[in-house]
Amino acid sequence: MAMPPAMPEPVNDEAVSGPGFPRLLSDYGFFNNLQAHDVGPGVYKYELNTPLYSDGAEKLRYIYTPFGTEPVADGEGLLEFPVGSALIKTFAFGEGDERRLIETRVLLHRADGWLALPYLWNEEQTDARLAIAGARIDLTTPRGEAISYRVPNKNQCKECHGLDGEVVPIGPKVRNLSADWFAEHFGEVPEGADQLPVWAHREQASAADAARAYLDVNCAHCHRPGAMASNSGLDLRWEQDDPKALGIMKRPVAAGRGAGELLFDIVPGDPEGSILLHRMLSNDPGVAMPELGKASVDVEGTEAVRRWIAGMEKGE
Amino acid sequence: MIRTAFSAILLASAAPVLAETHSIEPGEGAQERLQEALILAQPGDEIVLAAGRYELTDGLSLDVDGVTVRGAGMDGTVLDFTTQAGAGEGLLVTSDNVTLRDFAMENPKGDGIKSKGADHIVYHRIRVTWTRGPHPENGAYAIYPVESTGVLVDGVKVTGASDAGIYVGQSDQITVRNSIAEANVAGIEIENSRNALVEHNVATRNTGGILVFDLPDLPVMGGGNVIVRNNLVVANDTPNFAPPGNIVAGVRRGTGIMVMANEDVLIEDNILSGNPTAPVMVIAYVQPFEDERYNPLPRGVVVGENQFDGGGYDPQLEGGEMLKAAFGGALPPVMWDGLGSLYVTGDTPGWTLNLTEQGKGLGDAQPAPLSAPAPESEFDSSGIGAPAELEARLAR
Repeated sequence: MAMPPAMPEPVNDEAVSGPGFPRLLSDYGFFNNLQAHDVGPGVYKYELNTPLYSDGAEKLRYIYTPFGTEPVADGEGLLEFPVGSALIKTFAFGEGDERRLIETRVLLHRADGWLALPYLWNEEQTDARLAIAGARIDLTTPRGEAISYRVPNKNQCKECHGLDGEVVPIGPKVRNLSADWFAEHFGEVPEGADQLPVWAHREQASAADAARAYLDVNCAHCHRPGAMASNSGLDLRWEQDDPKALGIMKRPVAAGRGAGELLFDIVPGDPEGSILLHRMLSNDPGVAMPELGKASVDVEGTEAVRRWIAGMEKGE
Repeated sequence: MIRTAFSAILLASAAPVLAETHSIEPGEGAQERLQEALILAQPGDEIVLAAGRYELTDGLSLDVDGVTVRGAGMDGTVLDFTTQAGAGEGLLVTSDNVTLRDFAMENPKGDGIKSKGADHIVYHRIRVTWTRGPHPENGAYAIYPVESTGVLVDGVKVTGASDAGIYVGQSDQITVRNSIAEANVAGIEIENSRNALVEHNVATRNTGGILVFDLPDLPVMGGGNVIVRNNLVVANDTPNFAPPGNIVAGVRRGTGIMVMANEDVLIEDNILSGNPTAPVMVIAYVQPFEDERYNPLPRGVVVGENQFDGGGYDPQLEGGEMLKAAFGGALPPVMWDGLGSLYVTGDTPGWTLNLTEQGKGLGDAQPAPLSAPAPESEFDSSGIGAPAELEARLAR
């Protein structure tokens, strides 16, 4: 008699929803084969049209929802996830045999809210261990730059994921997910999906759309009301249309030496005279933006922002 | 099959637990050990930093309510950020009812200690120093509470900030006292905040000693109900070293106490000496603005009895030499731009630019001696200052 095929093991819901901080990534059972990131039942891979820059890391993103549930779209913003869901993101550097998994960040939707935990991969690449205080790792970016890569500590997770005192996901917004992905996994495409340009094809979008998408994804989790940089008054969300809130001819508030010699966040037609770009082009802590998760300048992102500002009508 | 066994640190517990003390020593792995303690602390816990020098490469952060971080004195426990490689500040606090006391921080790359949305916070006997002295590449703020209700800053010492030594922004119910602000661009700055008491401080060798500002385009505006009293504001004569983009880059060397915009500010019983541009300056916001919610004028500013030793004897003002000559060798101690409303007690001499429009520069200035009315009523000091509960924490 033939053996039935091995059933994949389900995700350990107790690890996701229960109390405590699981020590190992394998405790969750998100993957049948952890090293290969071979997904288990209820785990979906996804990509973002415009992604967050993380020193050029390759990122593997997954959603897990408990059996019988799925994420719900309500408008163009964040997908709503039932309690018991998780978001999983692995950061890798290097190609082919050289490829190394560096860290995996998980966001767990528990009854009392979302919890963000960082996991650091071991030398053997067999599992990742909870690194609550974060870590620094020397590595080389795809552009060949040697950097001290920062794995965030648990509190730093909240610096970006904090909104109105709660921890929330950032990435999976309906407008930044493709229609194909929705159709494939959930059979229908919600309204407002797929608005942000696909980063690899950004030259087909307007300079404004490419730059605004980039700023929304890379900056607006802090630079928006209710978030970490709310006191700056700068609001870089995609839906913001007040020029002053977007930084156009806006004076800095608490930029300190981050402002350099410059007077305004964005000076139309003058990228070099704009604090926004100046800080994106810096690696000096105290000047550099974003403050976290960046040890090297994003050449593509800064180019998109430069093009947008350069194309603005002077005196706009 | 459901897996039931997995290793976990069980932390979340509904049962009340006794407050614990976590002791941290300097040395190998201090960054991780200290940060881990800050993360794993429970409300009510105390983190005790033994004396010594802690070499830290990344910003620290605290996000647990009711935690006390206590060192062995501002000269004993030193968090050294000279080799900091990341984060925008030395320590970031985002939780309520936190007490920070008896330690020092040196050479953070950005701000020293920032507390954001952290209500009822106490900073007690904290020192933040940029050891090379005034330098435009020093961090902006040494002590930086923002968007918070209930702030007590007591007995701190701040030196070398390229913006403000003690900066309280967009906050309410504030006391800054018994502190020393030396060789910063702004010694103490209260910005877009209400109900602030600034007393018994020493502000010296800054570009400007004590500033009370209200700025447009911010989530919280309408600063006011501020008392600045019993401060020693002396020899604030350091050339401005702020990066030009900062609002304080416009502060003139030799400014003692400065009010820009704001409503109901009392300045009294201070000793002001050696502030060569203006011992006291009261002006409207100087830039053009579009924010309709914003009032750029100083309203109801009261200059009570203060002790002045000289006035503006070396003013960094356009036409300063001519102005000095016109006023008999030095400018009178109180300078007003003529916009908004100012009240002066007794016979304190002053001068006014007699401006008639905000944001139009000094082109229309018609300098003249000041004749400001006496205050119409006693200054209403109710509700000003940090809540008493914060005071009580100092004794512990």
